[in-house]
Amino acid sequence: MSNDHDPHGNDDHELRVSKIRDGTVIDHVRGGQALNVLAILGIDGTRGEELSIGMNVPSDRLARKDIVKVEGRELSQDEVDVLSLIAPDATINIVRDYDVVEKHRVERPDVVEGVLSCPNASCITTGNEPVTSRFSVLEDGVRCSYCETIVREDIASLIDT
Amino acid sequence: MRHDHLITSKQLSRADIESVLDYASEIAADPSAVADKHAGQLLGLLFFEPSTRTKMSFETAMKRLGGDVVDMGSVESSSVKKGETLADTVRVIEGYADAIVLRHPKQGSATMASEFVDVPLLNAGDGAGHHPTQTLLDLYTIRENAGLDDLTIGIMGDLKYGRTVHSLAYALTNFDTRQHFISPESLRLPREVVYDLHQQQDGTGIREHESLEEILPSLDVLYVTRIQRERFPDENEYQAVAGEYQIDVETLEDAREDLTVMHPLPRVDEIAPEIDRTDHAAYFEQAHNAVPVRMALLDLLLSDHEADEDGETGDGGHDE
Repeated sequence: MSNDHDPHGNDDHELRVSKIRDGTVIDHVRGGQALNVLAILGIDGTRGEELSIGMNVPSDRLARKDIVKVEGRELSQDEVDVLSLIAPDATINIVRDYDVVEKHRVERPDVVEGVLSCPNASCITTGNEPVTSRFSVLEDGVRCSYCETIVREDIASLIDT
Repeated sequence: MRHDHLITSKQLSRADIESVLDYASEIAADPSAVADKHAGQLLGLLFFEPSTRTKMSFETAMKRLGGDVVDMGSVESSSVKKGETLADTVRVIEGYADAIVLRHPKQGSATMASEFVDVPLLNAGDGAGHHPTQTLLDLYTIRENAGLDDLTIGIMGDLKYGRTVHSLAYALTNFDTRQHFISPESLRLPREVVYDLHQQQDGTGIREHESLEEILPSLDVLYVTRIQRERFPDENEYQAVAGEYQIDVETLEDAREDLTVMHPLPRVDEIAPEIDRTDHAAYFEQAHNAVPVRMALLDLLLSDHEADEDGETGDGGHDE
């Protein structure tokens, strides 16, 4: 086994947070985005998930990065893809019995549904209609599929919590 | 044309537009040929915002096709007042009518509503978003007066909230056009619309201006919209720009003799009444063109839908 789930042996100071036995390590999250990562995944700890979070730890690649470790849960590809909106550089390590058995980079999906709220107060999705928010993913932002508003900055603030 | 719903002019190809306009010309020439074509069919009119021309021209169009309308009436007298969602309203009316015309103050309302119904749904204005049927009658009027290719058009006024402007701009990218957008800084085209126009036309035919003066002599068509006083947070800000975007005979001294002046109406003071008497004025003709264009559109959509219901395939549509 390599240094705390890093198959390349790079020491990005992961040992600041504890190893997990089975679950997912979300690494190389941009510094300060860890809580948004949890929000976008709908993880708030109320279901007893065991979480380890490192924030603003030194990183060779990103200078400062966050790390999120979720014990007992393997993220689906859909969940991983949604992460790309706020953590485009993230790597996902699936861990079983302390070993990294899969490693993925996030990929930007074409569409995200039910994850973000439209910031346009005049959008039909902001009322009491029985409609799930839907955003198409652009190269440099997201776009509401209903009112067509484009959001390029602070996408994390739109996360439906 | 073959679409289930008409939500935005972005879904219309050049061929779609030309098929509607050609058919509208046929109908305008001989309305009696389609007088009973949709006898017994009903069009549901759901107008959550005030409307005169759009609502009455749809009503006229359906009746001239031999059909009739059912009208929700005012929001104040409908179940909307009791808190009914739009999704529920359209699902109820789907059971009464063969097609639905929807105007609603929220952007994206027509897109959402179309996800809940199987009958054709026509967007008659969704907030500051789109108004594609207005665009078709605008294009019909432009084609009659100036043609649709090798066209230089100025679009002036409230470009930010003007849904007729957004829809027209998208549709014009199907043709060889140069579009000049003239507005105060505060009412420029939404960035979303500019983004789309650049995607559709590489941005080569799109220019934004604050003054009409510099491009007026090059225009084939000047499309004027109302500067909406109610959009300005400060009355002084409105007063500072409003006069700059009003046209009269003097303003048009440098215009080409064959300049066509259009306006989706209602106007307030942006076009002086003296222009009504000039050859430039096409806005009442534009309003009247709504009937044959909406007759053509309704016939095409209803015929397509009937063909689908009957399990037919192919183009459906009207008899050639």
